[in-house]
Amino acid sequence: MKFLISMHINPAVLDALTDEEKAAIGEGHGAFIEALKKSGELITTQALVDPSQAAVVSVRNGQPVVTDGPFLESKEYLGGFYLIDCENKQRAIELAAQIPDTAIAGLGVEVRQVMFAEGQLEA
Amino acid sequence: MTAPVIEDLLRALTPQVLGALVRRHGQFEGCEDAVQEAVLAATVQWPAEGVPDNPRGWLVTVASRRFIDQLRSEHARRERESAAAAEVVPEDVPDTDDTLVLLFLCCHPTLTAASQTALTLRAVGGLTTAEIARAFLVPEGTMAARISRAKQRIKAAGSSFRLPVGAEREERLRVVLHVLYLIFNEGYTASSGSELHRPDLAHEAIRLARMVRAQLPEDGEAAGLLALMLLTHARREARTTAGGDLVPLDEQDRTRWDRALIDEGTELVKAALAGPALGPYQLQAAIAATHADAATAEETNWPQVHALYLILERIAPNPMVTLNRAIALAETKGPQAGLALLGTLDGDARMSGHHRLLSVRAHLLEKAGDPAAAYELYRRAAKATASLAEQRYLESRAGRVRT
Repeated sequence: MKFLISMHINPAVLDALTDEEKAAIGEGHGAFIEALKKSGELITTQALVDPSQAAVVSVRNGQPVVTDGPFLESKEYLGGFYLIDCENKQRAIELAAQIPDTAIAGLGVEVRQVMFAEGQLEA
Repeated sequence: MTAPVIEDLLRALTPQVLGALVRRHGQFEGCEDAVQEAVLAATVQWPAEGVPDNPRGWLVTVASRRFIDQLRSEHARRERESAAAAEVVPEDVPDTDDTLVLLFLCCHPTLTAASQTALTLRAVGGLTTAEIARAFLVPEGTMAARISRAKQRIKAAGSSFRLPVGAEREERLRVVLHVLYLIFNEGYTASSGSELHRPDLAHEAIRLARMVRAQLPEDGEAAGLLALMLLTHARREARTTAGGDLVPLDEQDRTRWDRALIDEGTELVKAALAGPALGPYQLQAAIAATHADAATAEETNWPQVHALYLILERIAPNPMVTLNRAIALAETKGPQAGLALLGTLDGDARMSGHHRLLSVRAHLLEKAGDPAAAYELYRRAAKATASLAEQRYLESRAGRVRT
C-alpha cells in the first residue's frame, strides 16, 4: 500500500528552535531515510522551498494571473513529504512516528493512502 | 523459439535451477542472485543465438559460474584463501523438484507479506526485479532493497533448505497459499496507473498455484485455492466496462465469462469438497462455483451460497465473511434480515468505517426502500474507499438512488 506522509511546518516554530534542535531534526530525517531505503519501503521524499517563494497561478478570462504565495492564509505550510510503500496503514503510522517533526508541538505530520498513481517512479 | 516462449520456459526453469544450485552450494541468498543473473543472460542470448539443447543444464552451469565468481571476489576482498570456492566441483544435480522447498523458504514467517510476495515472484516465479517493481508500481531500487532485506532475514533466521514437517509444514503451507492468494488479488484489483507493461500478476499467481497443486495433489486447500483463482479469473472480461467502470456481479454479461476456466475450477471444487478436510479456499471456491452455475443473476442458488458462507463463518470466523453472508441472507430472507446481521458487525473495530460495510448496508437499505439513508451511506462509502474504480461505482449508485 502506498501512503503519502506529509509534513506541515510552521516557520515561526522552526525559527524558535536552537541550532542543536535544528541539527537533530536534520539528523533524524537522514536516519529515517536510510532505514526506509534499506527496508525497501521508500519510493521518494522531497522537501519544498520556503512558502514565501510560492507563486499562486489562476486563469481568468483565459489569461493566467500570477500572484505571490502562499495560497493558504495559515501558520502551517506543506514543507515536504515521504511517499512510501508499506504493509498497511498501521505500519505507515508506525513509520510516521519515527519522523522527528512528530515530537515538536506546532509541526504536523499526516498520513494518507494513495488512490491513484501514474508516471515514472524512478526517483 | 519466440521471446514469449523463451520467457515462459525461463520462468518454469527458474525454481528448478535455483533448487539445484542451493542443493549443490548451500547459501540460498547468493544462489538466488546468481540464478537471477543467469536468467537475465539467457533473456539476452537465447533469442539471438538459439535455445541450448539442455536449457536447464545451461542455466545451472552459468548460474554456478556466477556464484563461484561471486564467492571468489568475496574471498579476495576479505584477503582469504579461496579454498571453499576451489573445492566446489560441479557434480550431477539430483533431478528433484524443489519448487515447494523454495516456496516454503520465500514465504518464511519472519517476512512481511510484501517481502514474501516479492521474493516468491523472483525466486519461484522467475520474474526480474524490474518486472516485480513494475507490477507493484514502485521504483526498481525500492523492490531490490526489499528483496535483499528479505533474503538477509531468511539467512538470519537460519532456515535450512528442506521441507518443514508435521504441524509446522501445515502451518507454513497456509502461509504459502495465502501469499499466492495475495499475488492473485494484487493482479485482480490493481487499479492505479497504466496497465501497460505491467506483468499479469493474476496469471502468474494461477501458474504458481498450478505448480503447488501438481506437487500436492492430495491437499484440498491447494486445489481450493487454484479453483477459487480460476473461477474468479473467469469473470475478468465481464467485471469492468471498456471505460474501466466496475460492473457488479448481478449486472455482468455472463456470456463473457470464460467457460473453460469455470469448468476447470468447478471440477476442482467438486473433487476437493469430496475430500476429508474442508478449508476456507475450498468453501470460497464453492461459492464462486455456485455463482458460475447460474446462467442469470436471478437463477443464483442463494440458499446454497448462504449455507456455504455459514460454514465458512464457523471454520474461519471473520467479519468480512459475515458481511458477505448478510448479502446472501438478504437474498433469501429479505433485506431486513441482512441488515440485522450487519448490525452485529457494528461493534467490530476491524469494520468501523470500512467502505465495504458502508456500501453493503447502503445496498440493503436501497432494497428495503430507504433511498435517503442508502444515499448517505453510498456517499460515505465512496469517501472511504482507496480504489478509484470503486469510488466511481459507489458515486454512481448514490446518484441512482437519489433520482
